[in-house]
Amino acid sequence: MVTLNDYLMASGLLFAIGFAGVLLRRNVIIIFMALELMLNAANLSLIGFSRFNVQNGLPDYNAQVLVFFVITVAAAEVTVGLAIIVALYRARQTTHVEDINTLKF
Amino acid sequence: MNFSPWVILFSPFAAVIITVLLTQNFRKLSSYISVTAVAISFIFSLAVFFGPNGSEGFNWIDLGVFRVEIGYLINDLTKLMLLVVSGVGLLIHIYSIGYMGEDRGRARYFSGLSLFMFSMLGIVLANNFIMMFIFWELVGVSSYILIGHWFDRDAPPAAGNKAFLANRIGDFGFMLGILLVWSASGTVTFEELALRWHTLGLSPGFMTATALLIFCGAVGKSAQFPLHVWLPDAMEGPTPVSALIHAATMVAAGVFMLARSFFLLQTSAMALTLVLWIGLITSLIAALMATQQDDIKRVLAYSTLSQLGLMVAAVGLSNPEAGIFHLFTHASFKALLFLAAGSVIHCLHHEQNIWHMGGLQKKMPVTFWTFLAGTLALIACPPFAGFWSKDEILASASNNIPAFLAIVSVTFLTAFYMSRLFVVAFLGESRSDHAAHAHESPLVMTAPLVILSIAACITGFPFIASWFIKLPEHEGSPIAPMLISFIAFLAGTTLGFYLYRDKPKDPVEVPLFENRFYVDEFYKSLIKWTQDLLANISGFADRWVIDGGIVRGLSGLTWGFGFALRFLQIGNLQAYAFLFGAGVVLLLYYILFGTK
Repeated sequence: MVTLNDYLMASGLLFAIGFAGVLLRRNVIIIFMALELMLNAANLSLIGFSRFNVQNGLPDYNAQVLVFFVITVAAAEVTVGLAIIVALYRARQTTHVEDINTLKF
Repeated sequence: MNFSPWVILFSPFAAVIITVLLTQNFRKLSSYISVTAVAISFIFSLAVFFGPNGSEGFNWIDLGVFRVEIGYLINDLTKLMLLVVSGVGLLIHIYSIGYMGEDRGRARYFSGLSLFMFSMLGIVLANNFIMMFIFWELVGVSSYILIGHWFDRDAPPAAGNKAFLANRIGDFGFMLGILLVWSASGTVTFEELALRWHTLGLSPGFMTATALLIFCGAVGKSAQFPLHVWLPDAMEGPTPVSALIHAATMVAAGVFMLARSFFLLQTSAMALTLVLWIGLITSLIAALMATQQDDIKRVLAYSTLSQLGLMVAAVGLSNPEAGIFHLFTHASFKALLFLAAGSVIHCLHHEQNIWHMGGLQKKMPVTFWTFLAGTLALIACPPFAGFWSKDEILASASNNIPAFLAIVSVTFLTAFYMSRLFVVAFLGESRSDHAAHAHESPLVMTAPLVILSIAACITGFPFIASWFIKLPEHEGSPIAPMLISFIAFLAGTTLGFYLYRDKPKDPVEVPLFENRFYVDEFYKSLIKWTQDLLANISGFADRWVIDGGIVRGLSGLTWGFGFALRFLQIGNLQAYAFLFGAGVVLLLYYILFGTK
């Protein structure tokens, strides 16, 4: 039997992996992918809550609707983010975050 | 209703209005208007003199608890002062027609003189402290205007400022004194106060403080030590002004005020002692300073200081009548001396140094003889006026040996410096071209001299003086003090003649006296020192507290925070993300576990 805890553990694990990817990887595109992973971790926990919050024999659809919104917004965000990365690459000829450090003291 | 006092008071005021508003461009007309106004005042003063005593007033300010009248108080003191002020004033106005004849600011001069007459008569007539104080200040203003008459030179405006400021210091004390009187008794009217002051049951300390604050006013106006410094400088004004304001009347206002409010002083023995010694110290140091001055007007100015000191001392000896008697005789002979000196200065083309004079006996006989009469009166030579009044003061000091000795030494010094002045300025050979070609002044100037010299000769005789002033009767014969003062007079005169007869320059040099005990220098350095100190303190506050602490402190604080915080801006995206994540973890930890 799969419990809510299992969902949340899986979600937290995904989130941690994504966050570690953001912190540790150097390539901007990989970091971007890791960000998506974190979004999906959040989605997974929402689905988990939806699945286990049963009222009158029905799951809570509000959470599932919210997940669709997140997926939509994430798609839009990916478009903008990739465009920025392309523009950045054109300007600096690199996608490594260590080289993009102009905004500092 | 007795309207004479109002006529006396307001006729000079009308002259001020007319001369200032209408006839400023007509020099001769202005002077005649002024002279007429003061003549009217004099005639009505005579009427008041022979009329009854009384007092009358109408409400000016009435706030229930605080009531001020504009009114007059006529008693023996007022009558005498009215005669002195308007009489001497009239003669000096007439004299001014001659002395200021060629002056371009003549209309302005005469309007100033009329303003002065108005204010001085206001002081004399006032029946309460507030009204007196207002006219007291007006006198200060007109004195300022007249000292600075020749405003295109450097010295007169500065001297006017000095006089005004020194007077302000005294007047501030006077004002506080009036406020104390009012707060204790609820009235400022002289008559009511004289009746009630000693019945109020006030503490001795309060009464002493009040008396001394009131005395402050007299210290300023009558130029007593330590505020005496303005009077010699006031000699920068035209000579008739020196005669009228800075010798005969205004400076006597302080003594008059002390006599008027003697009931305040009477209640405090300590205040009386202080008044006595301030007067004597002024008298002594001024006499010492006078022995080494070379300017004819300055010698007379210091002798005025010295005589004023004696009058104040007489008040301090609880004998204000003697002080007023001396004021009365002094007004005539000191005005005479100044006018005669003015006549000399006028004829010598504004030469004031006595070492450039000499040999004037033949050339200016009227001036010479009248000046001699004034000198004899001043140095208390019997039977001239000054002898009687000084003797009166001396008699009241006969129980107080130190005061007696001080007065005798002043008598000696007065005789000495006046004979020095007389010998150097009038006798011997002419020591300059101007002196050699001098000639007598016009009649309009010599006539007042003659009238004043008659007054200087006769007003002292007891049977004449008793018309004007009631003197206290003494018991016993005051022969011994009289004899001692006569010896002092003889010694001073002899020494003066012996030392200065036919000398081309001063045989005695005492820098301490010549430099007026360095009091002016002391004040100068004191003012400079306090000013520098204040400037340094406020400079320090501005530089280090306001600029350094507030303005630069705030900006520095902001800058410092910014400086510290910008080390966090390392430019590494992942470091930011880590900090952000760590922050979230901390927050979560705090929310979930922190509050338990």
